[in-house]
Amino acid sequence: MSELELRQTTVDAEAAHDRESSRRGPRVGTVVAGAFVILLLTAAAFPALVATQDPNAISATEAFQPPSAAHWFGTDESGRDVYSRVVAGTGTSLLIGVTATAIGLALGLLLGVLASFGGRVVDFGVGRLVEVLFAFPGLLLALLVIVVAGPGPVTATIAVGLSTAPGYARIIRGQLVSIRSSQYVEAARVLGRPPRRILTAHLLPNALLPLVVLATLGIGQAIVWAAALSYLGLGAQPPAAEWGAMLSAGRTYLQTAWWMTVFPGLAIVGTTIATTVLGRALARRERGAR
Amino acid sequence: MTANDADPVLELEQLRVAFGREEVVRGVSLAIAPGECVAIVGESGSGKSVTARSLLGMAGEGARVEAQTLRLAGRDLRGATEREWRGVRGGQAGLVLQDALVALDPLRPIGREIGDALRIHDRMPRAERRARTLEVLADVGMPDPATAVRRRSGELSGGLRQRALIASALALDPPLLIADEPTTALDATVQARVLELLAEVRGRGTAVLLISHDLAVVARLADRVLVMREGRVIEQGTVDEVLRAPREPYTRALIAAVPAEVPRGAPLSRPADSDANATAAQTPTAADRAASREGSPGSTPLLALDGVVKTFPVRGGGRFTAVDDVSLDVHRGETVGLVGESGSGKTTLARLALALTAPDRGAVTLDGEPWSALDEHARRPRRPRIGAIYQDALSSFDPLWSVGRILADAAGGAPGKGAGTGHPSRAATARRVAELLDRVGLAGAVAGREPLTLSGGQRQRVAIARALAAAPELLVCDEPVSALDVTIQAQILDLLDELQRERGLAMLFISHDLGVVRHMADRVAVMQAGRIVESGPAERVFAAPGHPYTARLVADAPRLVH
Repeated sequence: MSELELRQTTVDAEAAHDRESSRRGPRVGTVVAGAFVILLLTAAAFPALVATQDPNAISATEAFQPPSAAHWFGTDESGRDVYSRVVAGTGTSLLIGVTATAIGLALGLLLGVLASFGGRVVDFGVGRLVEVLFAFPGLLLALLVIVVAGPGPVTATIAVGLSTAPGYARIIRGQLVSIRSSQYVEAARVLGRPPRRILTAHLLPNALLPLVVLATLGIGQAIVWAAALSYLGLGAQPPAAEWGAMLSAGRTYLQTAWWMTVFPGLAIVGTTIATTVLGRALARRERGAR
Repeated sequence: MTANDADPVLELEQLRVAFGREEVVRGVSLAIAPGECVAIVGESGSGKSVTARSLLGMAGEGARVEAQTLRLAGRDLRGATEREWRGVRGGQAGLVLQDALVALDPLRPIGREIGDALRIHDRMPRAERRARTLEVLADVGMPDPATAVRRRSGELSGGLRQRALIASALALDPPLLIADEPTTALDATVQARVLELLAEVRGRGTAVLLISHDLAVVARLADRVLVMREGRVIEQGTVDEVLRAPREPYTRALIAAVPAEVPRGAPLSRPADSDANATAAQTPTAADRAASREGSPGSTPLLALDGVVKTFPVRGGGRFTAVDDVSLDVHRGETVGLVGESGSGKTTLARLALALTAPDRGAVTLDGEPWSALDEHARRPRRPRIGAIYQDALSSFDPLWSVGRILADAAGGAPGKGAGTGHPSRAATARRVAELLDRVGLAGAVAGREPLTLSGGQRQRVAIARALAAAPELLVCDEPVSALDVTIQAQILDLLDELQRERGLAMLFISHDLGVVRHMADRVAVMQAGRIVESGPAERVFAAPGHPYTARLVADAPRLVH
């Protein structure tokens, strides 16, 4: 009895807290994360505005400079400015993260729609396929794709996208199945709406909205995976300025020139945290709206 | 207990509860003697539930609770710590909530739920605990307690679940039982049994505080009644005083809103009290009603179910017959009420009428033409002829859509509107949405709102507006007012009644509430276990039931005056 009541009270308290925080506006963390993402987007769109130097300008005399006023993040073995290279890599990393997530979502959507509308046999087939894909650790699946298709940024992106697809597929299928039996879909049927219209007006928007939140969280993960693949030499190839590739190049000099790995590493960590924080803020908002 | 029998179990003076700046309980005083039942009635938002919860130290997070006296079983509970409150809950006061399905842990056998209360409070040894659990289950009339202890709440019927919940509240034999809408989620028959059980509990000397919006329930159980509105007690006295000779206009409006006591066609809501619905319908004469009902037995019925059977596969083989050889006609301009307990097949029948599910045998025809036999493609253009209104309006709206979009979508699909021109213009749609909102008594500004932000009554008005948008000839209403307070229920019923007269609508009106059906229906059909056991003119069926099941339903239906 009291246990239940306590639970109820906790729920009330959480709801009250949510109401409270929405009245106060967005949290500090959300604002900071939002500002960071805006900075990242600016760096990706207009690297020349944010960078201080040409990311690929080689200067033998300035190799291995520690961070200073001239070189904020120091220089690498060829004397290239690490800060400008991190900036130049932003576009590549974000593009890989977003594209990979989009591929995963699109594939997941295709599989999910097939499973929930294709009848029992298709549902069974897709279900087993997704389970098999799930059985492989995500990165291993990505490696498998690269072994078949060869290394490079494009294959790495596709590989990461493919390996995230099973998770999305499963969620989309579940969403569609539950929404299809919902009363508002029934209400639309009673009004005489054709299935195509119900799919586009009700099913897809309601199934995809929670996924937008999930996808925001997924972008961070995709960036880490793409960086990992580059680090292993399977993604973007040097001398391309990509965060994972920069980590890989810097690891030989970790003892003497820590800045070559620490700053690209921080960029990856910062981006992942910022997108995750934003994703969670979105999730909170969406929960509050229901 | 330390308290003398003559002392009140609960003494409360000037209780005030505030959340932030908003005061929701403004000075409530009450006292309950052992073996007495005091009821608090009022609409949702009147502060009745918060009052009850404050007595258990559960007013809610951020609540400021003040009282001049708060004494339970002789103990002053003002400023009690959370730890002390835990001793009070279950020990001095048990709580029974509306929905036992939510209140009991679905994963734990009910024996454990009850045993826990004993273990936590009394540190009773295991064998004794088991014996007490069985005893208390037997006390609440649980059949076969020895088997019941091992079952989970989900495996029990609604009535038995409510009994299990009452048993858990009574396990420690508390001097006070607080029952917050204990029967609102139950069928009339089950409700009657649970009320009898609560009367028994009271008879054993337990004080009962009953919280309800249902005056009929209160009339059946309570000794004294407090009417609450906006955090204040506006009227109190014995049940007879308050229900037979109410002094306050608000109390009179509450009583007038109980549909069983009002003849067919007469409005339930008082214009003075219905802020949303100012248009008072005048009572039509019997001749008016007869004239408006064109459907004479000889003409083609608008909707006809003919020997319809619907079965569902049951886990572990076999089939469950939800609707068993049912024939039912609905004529133009007529309301046919369908009553029965939950599980009797009412909702399946509604789905058959709406052609959302196909009958196994028999046929449904619309206006003499095939309906259930059509394939969905051919049926789709005719679907706007039948509208549907559900119990839970909110879940029938797309959560991403605003009220305006819901209505615009429904209006845009109506045949004959802007005929031949394809989509009506934006301005025309906006005008139509405003018209629809106005017709159901809502302000035009509601179009911009999300359904979630509306009250229950407003949501049901939007649902009605949506159903009207497609200009239907028949409305299928499945428990349309079951989730609403009695005064709001009255307004919605009046609105449906008015619209029916205005547009000559036919209605299939499904409810477990006999009073509501009696007020709304011209003819009724009584359903039990998938079959229609009796049908006929509403007045005749309710006044002189021809089938024992109908007689039992009528006898169990709570009434204001016995």
